[in-house]
Amino acid sequence: MQYTLLILVLPLLAFVVLGLVDSRWKARTAGTIGTTVMGIVAILAYYTAWSYFTTANPGGVYQKFIPFQMEWMKFSDQLHIDLGILIDPISVMMLVVVSTVSLMVHIYSLRYMEGEKGFERYYAFLSLFSFSMLGLVVATNIFQMYIFWELVGVSSYLLIGFYYTKPEAVAASKKAFIITRFADLFFLIGIFLLSYYTRTFDFDVLNSGNATVFAGTAGLSFLGLSLMNWIMALIFIGGAGKSAMFPMHIWLPDAMEGPTPVSALIHAATMVVAGVYLVARLFPVYYFFAPEVLHGIAYIGIFTALFSAVIACTQTDIKRVLAYSTISQIGFMMVGLGVSGMGGHHGLGYMASMFHLFTHAMFKALLFLGAGSVIHAVHSNEMNKMGGLRKYLPVTHITFLIACLAIAGIPPFSGFFSKDEILSAAFEFNPYLGSLLIFIAGLTAFYMFRLYYGIFWTKEYKHEHIPHESPLAMLLPLIFLALVTVFAGFIPFGKFVTNDGADYHIHIDLVTASVSVAVAAVAIAISTIMYRKENKISDRIVSSFSVFFKIVVHKFYIDELYMFITKKIVFRLISAPIAWFDRTLVNGTINSFATVTQWTSLQIKGIQTGRVQQYAFVFLLSTLLIAALIIFI
Amino acid sequence: MGEFFSKLFSGTIPLEAYIVVSLIMFFSGIYGFLSRKSLLMILISIELILNSIDINFAVFNRYLYPGNMEGFFFALFTIAISACETAVAIAIVINIYRNLNNVEVDSMTELREPSANETEIKEVNE
Repeated sequence: MQYTLLILVLPLLAFVVLGLVDSRWKARTAGTIGTTVMGIVAILAYYTAWSYFTTANPGGVYQKFIPFQMEWMKFSDQLHIDLGILIDPISVMMLVVVSTVSLMVHIYSLRYMEGEKGFERYYAFLSLFSFSMLGLVVATNIFQMYIFWELVGVSSYLLIGFYYTKPEAVAASKKAFIITRFADLFFLIGIFLLSYYTRTFDFDVLNSGNATVFAGTAGLSFLGLSLMNWIMALIFIGGAGKSAMFPMHIWLPDAMEGPTPVSALIHAATMVVAGVYLVARLFPVYYFFAPEVLHGIAYIGIFTALFSAVIACTQTDIKRVLAYSTISQIGFMMVGLGVSGMGGHHGLGYMASMFHLFTHAMFKALLFLGAGSVIHAVHSNEMNKMGGLRKYLPVTHITFLIACLAIAGIPPFSGFFSKDEILSAAFEFNPYLGSLLIFIAGLTAFYMFRLYYGIFWTKEYKHEHIPHESPLAMLLPLIFLALVTVFAGFIPFGKFVTNDGADYHIHIDLVTASVSVAVAAVAIAISTIMYRKENKISDRIVSSFSVFFKIVVHKFYIDELYMFITKKIVFRLISAPIAWFDRTLVNGTINSFATVTQWTSLQIKGIQTGRVQQYAFVFLLSTLLIAALIIFI
Repeated sequence: MGEFFSKLFSGTIPLEAYIVVSLIMFFSGIYGFLSRKSLLMILISIELILNSIDINFAVFNRYLYPGNMEGFFFALFTIAISACETAVAIAIVINIYRNLNNVEVDSMTELREPSANETEIKEVNE
């Protein structure tokens, strides 16, 4: 399987080529090259998946392959950083997800970004992102993962700030970068601690479940929590930053300033699930050596899911609604992982989480691309500038509806199957947790249909031009993703991805399924009553909960809290004294050296007149003096 | 002294006579170098100094090591080198004249302008 190396090398080459030619080629050429490369990568990824899943389980258990491994930086016999490609069920699954969504976004952007300034730059960055994300999923060791982790952070920063002349975009890109970078600091500390005590970076060794690997940490604890828990919690903070878990979720809604296809690729389908992938990748370590942290992940996940679902009900910018819904769905995945056990039926949560990751990537990319198509038609993100668009955008309308049904968890769409597995896993872990999840699923259905009705039904907004359906290159990805969304639920996912590699037969828990479908149906019905036709119900509800509503519209004032903490506390109490120390003491010392030297030289500089004749005179006199001394003494 | 004059008038010029001439030339050169303000005059003074040295070379060779040629050759070398030096110096003087419209040494203060210098240092500090 040496050819898997091409999956990484091709996008990197595309990035270098497109980045170097910049605008010397026609925009169309650059776009075609980027898309073609991504197409080849997608085919390679599908081929990898096909050959892996058909041949790699001789004994009913999937094997791991490392088709490529090289020692990149060797510091000592034990400390060396490798680069390699790890092929196992989840990495293959992620290869398929990333390459599919990336290919769809490449095709879609050919028309969506047409005529934008910096079209080549856009495709170069997309290639860079694809390269980094693919490198992240196939990483063989945690340090390689960290390298690509940072690379996706950079490409996300570059793409959010693509419209760099817009101040909001610049601010959003900085915000995303700083927050994820801050979280990555903890990730890095976690990696260092982990490798210090285990003497390895390798996932293979770490995930072996072998307690001797972690023998170095035995008995060590800090502030009442065992060292292993600390390490894994630190690593999870990195994942929480990338996956926008509370309280580090604030960058994701702002990241919607980037071009919409970018939001679909990076901030919905692939990069934001990197945190989920990280936890899944290190799942055996979490499960066997830090179970408390794993449970903590479940609680953080469910809190984030609830929190952002509530906010999503009040937002009016359609991309922001989708952003909060993304955060909420990632919370679902985290819950799935957090409640999971190891192997067989206990591993249901893990399987469900990966399944949801897969289906969510497809239908959320579809939602974002659909939103892009709407924005393309009406040139606005605001819901009140839309309404009644179903007549003008029939294809977008149908595909968007399919995605909404999927995310709401209505059978037979894919979201139903994956969400249902998470729900039943959560119920087995803790019934209260499961009930809360069902409630959140209901909220999801509610706000998604609020969005759907707000865009396609309700009162028609008077447009200056009649909105027109998007071109074919934008509709094809929509149709493709819609088809995937319709049929992906029937994939026997348990056959492919489980945490012990063994086959698991998915069966639908009828009670959970019927309850969750009923809740979703009720939520959709409420949404239909409130938003399908223009009426006063929603206004009345808002005015009766006006205080609460105001808090939610302002996203629980989390952004303001951050600003308060950074500006009022960190800047004033920490940064200002440090700045004073630097400016007065450090600078002062150096400056006083300079001042003394300068003063001395000013005092004695009169001697140096620069007049050669004077020098010669002094020279002559001294010579005579010395001669006289020699002669007469 | 009597011996000196008798030698002088008897047709053989004594060594000291040459040295006196060379000494007068040398110190005239030194005086000119120190006192003159024009670059050209300074240059001429340097030539005087060099020529006095040439005389010394030739005379000492003639009187102390008759039959050897080293002193004469050195004199020739010195002449050649002083010619080169003059050529370079004249080129510099011409360039200075083009820039400053005079060749007075006192007017060449470009590199030490005290006032401009001090303000610049202050600016850097602030």
